[in-house]
Amino acid sequence: MTLKPLEAEKRMDVRDILEGLENYKSPVRPWHWREERDVEHKHGEFSFYEASKPLKQSVPLPGSRGFGYIDPQPDCVITTEIASGRFEDDVRRMRMAAWNGADHIMVIRTAGQSHIDSLLEGTTQGIGGIPVTRKQCRATRRALDLIEEEVGRPINFHSYVSGVAGPDIAVMFHEEGVSGVHQDPQYNVLYRNINMLRSFIDACESKAIIADGGMLQIDGAHNANATAMEAWKVMPELIVQHAINTAFSLGCGIKAENIALSTVPPTAPPAPCMRLDLPYAVALRDFFKDFKMRAQQNTKFMESETREATVTHTLNMVISRLTSVDVQSTITPDEGRNVPWHYFNINATNTARQALNGMDGMRQMVKIDREGPLGDRVRELKERAVLFLEEILHVGGYFEAVEQGFFVDNAEYPERKGDGIAREVEGGIGANALYLRDDDYFAPVSVHYGNNTLPEGVSHATDIIGGDTFEDPSKVKFIDELDETDNVNVRLEEKKLYYDNTDIVRPEVEFMADGFIVVTLQLPCEKRYAEVAALEIGNKLNLSECEVIHSQVMHPSEGTYIEMKGKIDFDINLNELEMPEVQENLSEKEIRDAIHAEPMTIVAGTVGEDEHSVGLKETLDIKHGGIEGFGIKYHYLGTSVPVEKLVDAAIETNADAILASTIISHNNIHYDNMRKLADVCVEKGVRDKLILVAGGTQVNCELAVEAGMDVGFGRGSKGIDVASFLVERRREMQEEGILD
Amino acid sequence: MDKQEDRVQLSQDFSERRKHLENLNDQELYDYFWELAGKVVEPMLEAGKVYTTPSVERSVLLRMGFDSIEAGAIVDGVISHNLLGKGAGHVVWRLSQKLDKSVLETGEALARGEFWDEVPGLFGEVAS
Repeated sequence: MTLKPLEAEKRMDVRDILEGLENYKSPVRPWHWREERDVEHKHGEFSFYEASKPLKQSVPLPGSRGFGYIDPQPDCVITTEIASGRFEDDVRRMRMAAWNGADHIMVIRTAGQSHIDSLLEGTTQGIGGIPVTRKQCRATRRALDLIEEEVGRPINFHSYVSGVAGPDIAVMFHEEGVSGVHQDPQYNVLYRNINMLRSFIDACESKAIIADGGMLQIDGAHNANATAMEAWKVMPELIVQHAINTAFSLGCGIKAENIALSTVPPTAPPAPCMRLDLPYAVALRDFFKDFKMRAQQNTKFMESETREATVTHTLNMVISRLTSVDVQSTITPDEGRNVPWHYFNINATNTARQALNGMDGMRQMVKIDREGPLGDRVRELKERAVLFLEEILHVGGYFEAVEQGFFVDNAEYPERKGDGIAREVEGGIGANALYLRDDDYFAPVSVHYGNNTLPEGVSHATDIIGGDTFEDPSKVKFIDELDETDNVNVRLEEKKLYYDNTDIVRPEVEFMADGFIVVTLQLPCEKRYAEVAALEIGNKLNLSECEVIHSQVMHPSEGTYIEMKGKIDFDINLNELEMPEVQENLSEKEIRDAIHAEPMTIVAGTVGEDEHSVGLKETLDIKHGGIEGFGIKYHYLGTSVPVEKLVDAAIETNADAILASTIISHNNIHYDNMRKLADVCVEKGVRDKLILVAGGTQVNCELAVEAGMDVGFGRGSKGIDVASFLVERRREMQEEGILD
Repeated sequence: MDKQEDRVQLSQDFSERRKHLENLNDQELYDYFWELAGKVVEPMLEAGKVYTTPSVERSVLLRMGFDSIEAGAIVDGVISHNLLGKGAGHVVWRLSQKLDKSVLETGEALARGEFWDEVPGLFGEVAS
């Protein structure tokens, strides 16, 4: 069954995705790189040299307003990691992320999945991630099919091939259209305490399957960086871990172009991270020039402040742009405080899009200088990594090295602190589960690593079964649900009200109508009191489950900044809202014709003690689509114009209207100035004949009218809005007999 | 036997350890790096050829058209019959020939606990 395409104006209903899911089959989905990367792209007035094919539909960056809403797409793939615990909510977040420029969606697995010696099935709710199951993968892939169609760019779906069921998962991913995977046996060994030999033997089969699916494989070296206490010292080891997984993957048949390093700049401010991390990035690209770079953000030094995380991310991307990056990862800036929320995925994606756009083509002007300290350090790091490999071989190989705690040691190799993670060859989960293949060992599959003896008379391994699932996808068996109470159907039923009635809304951060909102506040007291006081404020606001998610000292006694989450328990019905009327503009032609038939003159200026001029000039100027373009004549009096002067100029030039710009809004001074303008017009007896228009970023139309204006234009207003209003208002005044 | 004690501990001093690398140019250092990395992973690549594991065998059964529950049950049975070294899919296929049933039917029956008494002897081994 083919699903109807998504419509931008409608929310995606996950119930449609689940309908007939057992019969949906994704084709094999090899990794997809962005298209049209090596050509110059024109957007508005600018050329872009590190960009790719634009999207069909997207949400441009907020700052694009000043550039005609251009949305250049960087050349590298942009990742976002989504896993709230409920895939039915995640697919909507994926849609939002795709509209903001993500084309690599990683799904984090639920806690503990790597120790389950089997595939998981069904759609149980996860903790800190999603139980990655066939049904979850299939539903997600099916949703992504619709989303990629909507934005006009293929989306890479990605998860993890690790743990004691690696080959099982690799098979399922191949069958369900997964395009990217994390696979690194060292991760199992060091961080999951899975038996070493088991990890590598399983990885051989997994990697052969990954290779066949054309998936992009990302390694797990970044975890050493996140685990080591003194992360800036583990650079030689990181290079070694990358080398081990890379050489091993090549040996298992993965093509170099599908092997990606998970690289992380090891430090973060206030350390001088650029100076420390840049040589490391260069050393990596020297040694791994044939492979892909997936640039991960530093998370090691991430606290709960989203601003700080964003700055670190941005600095990391300077390194991405100065060196090279194939896949730019994004970590949500709220990862230091909770399982990521909807809008933080979007924030992180936009941080990447914004920074990468901003640095487009920088390398035409700025080059890595290898003469001097950088070149010396690059060479040193490479030598240290070589020495590390030498010592692995010296002690008898990788397994012995792990037993002796070579890895995640906090000294810079060859120095050692002796605090590395040590594992025993015979120990760990899944030990004693290794079986030597007999001489007549046989596996009737089309893709297999290692010895496989075809029985006599059999020329192709899968002939005896008439093809395996890779050759005949119709053979894949689908398990729907195993748990009657913990599954998506039960959860959807609980939220039925909101699925059935999209006009009934409640705030959400991760799950449909979860009710969470965030209150930001500052209290003039020390942090300890401020946190408790904030919770009390939450109670008084009738919020439940209040929790301080970030607090920061502004000064030990003068102030503490707080971000607090809390839950509300009421809905809003959109149909019952009193909506302000949408002002429909006249067409450009109607406006031009009206001005041509009857010319119009206005006077304009920024009133009060206010030197802002850009907004008003854009409203006036023909070049920026201002009112001049419709034939309206204007007299611009400049900035900090006294209101009396504006009114006098209007009388002198026999103007039809006054345009007063008011940007500064402290203590509502902008409304005071409007009132004053109206009063002066009344005093001079011209209020009835003049159209008074106020504009500015903080102007609200209703309040402007209350302050005596005919209209107020706020942030985002354009020349045509003003011109259309002027023509219509003049018509009204003529009809009312005020004007001739 | 104890390799650690047989071997001389390498110095932790970078300037001392790097002496033999000093005269390598960047290309030579690059080649040496990849030569060492290749040597480090060689034993693991070899092990993967001659060993199998429950997860490797489950992945074979999945591709033969069994679901994860059936695959797990079949592998457990094959292990308890000491036949994983033959390959779990191999066992199912041999049995299907003996029973003159389809591979899928045979595996599904095994997963339900049926026909296991037919398994010993499939490969001509002596039943213990």
